[in-house]
Amino acid sequence: MTYKVLIVDDSKLARMAVAKALTALRPEWTRVEAANADDALALARDSDIDVTLLDFNMPGRNGLELAAELRALNPSMPVAVITANIQTEIVTRAQEVGASFLAKPLTQPALAAFLDEAVQRLQTARP
Amino acid sequence: MTAAAPSALTVLNELELDALTELVNIGVSAAAASLREMVGEQVHLSVPNVTLVSRPRAVEMLTEREAAKLVAVHQVFEGDITGRVLLIFPETRSLELVRAVTGGELPLEDIIELEQEALAETGNIILNGCLATIANMLERSLKMSLPEILRGDGPEFFELAPPPAAGDVVMFLYIDFSIRQRDIQGYIVMLMDMPSLTALKTLLDEFIERTTGVAVSQADARG
Repeated sequence: MTYKVLIVDDSKLARMAVAKALTALRPEWTRVEAANADDALALARDSDIDVTLLDFNMPGRNGLELAAELRALNPSMPVAVITANIQTEIVTRAQEVGASFLAKPLTQPALAAFLDEAVQRLQTARP
Repeated sequence: MTAAAPSALTVLNELELDALTELVNIGVSAAAASLREMVGEQVHLSVPNVTLVSRPRAVEMLTEREAAKLVAVHQVFEGDITGRVLLIFPETRSLELVRAVTGGELPLEDIIELEQEALAETGNIILNGCLATIANMLERSLKMSLPEILRGDGPEFFELAPPPAAGDVVMFLYIDFSIRQRDIQGYIVMLMDMPSLTALKTLLDEFIERTTGVAVSQADARG
């Protein structure tokens, strides 16, 4: 089963880094990228996104606000917020909106663990 | 000093500047997490803004943002790249920052007595946290000087002795941090001259290649 992943980060380099890790782990999955929250929401509305990986610190809306909006659009979609900002308040808010928390710089093992869990959740939601 | 040549201000291409901004973002986010542990309240960060500007423009940018007297924690870093990093905030808020860090239970006279030491220690944790994260990701080590407290205004902070040996370009980066309940906010600014910027460009290219698996010339062409 292949899935479509949305990568959201205002930094092109960060999107490329996530894409590299994702391709290494799940070469058969497809991916789309957005540089801001508005583009991400438009993509999420217009195409079937299965999993989203997004940055926390972005201009305009931050990653947690976007995570909440994406989860409202598609409550079963696994969402991970990627950040080096591991303050308790931010980790807690990520959990409150149902998003996973991944530390930046992103490592392949951390991403692998999130993707494994995401697959399980997707298979349970859409057997 | 003469004005910087236009080429000096464009030494980093778009992807290199993007990579540098991302490194700063990660470094400052890690530093903010340390500061949050010290003050027990969330520290809010802006999206970092990294630009290469001439020294007079850097002074102008800081003066436009802050008219009042400022206090700065200043550290010099040395290694493959050399420069200065400053944590700057309005002088009127410095006692409040000390109060936040010391737990807020000390009498005013103790806070005043502790101010210098507490500012140096706080600055050291934030600036070292930020630079150590960046250096690690660039796979280089940087030697940091002891923190020094400066009081004054923007022009004074940007004209510290000794003057840059070559070039008059500075990398001006600012990122706002704030502790809302205590009305504390400040900036982190980094200054670097031309030879260091050139060395940084090489390190950024290596970092981009490691991180993305794509050489910079190809990566930049991807648009």
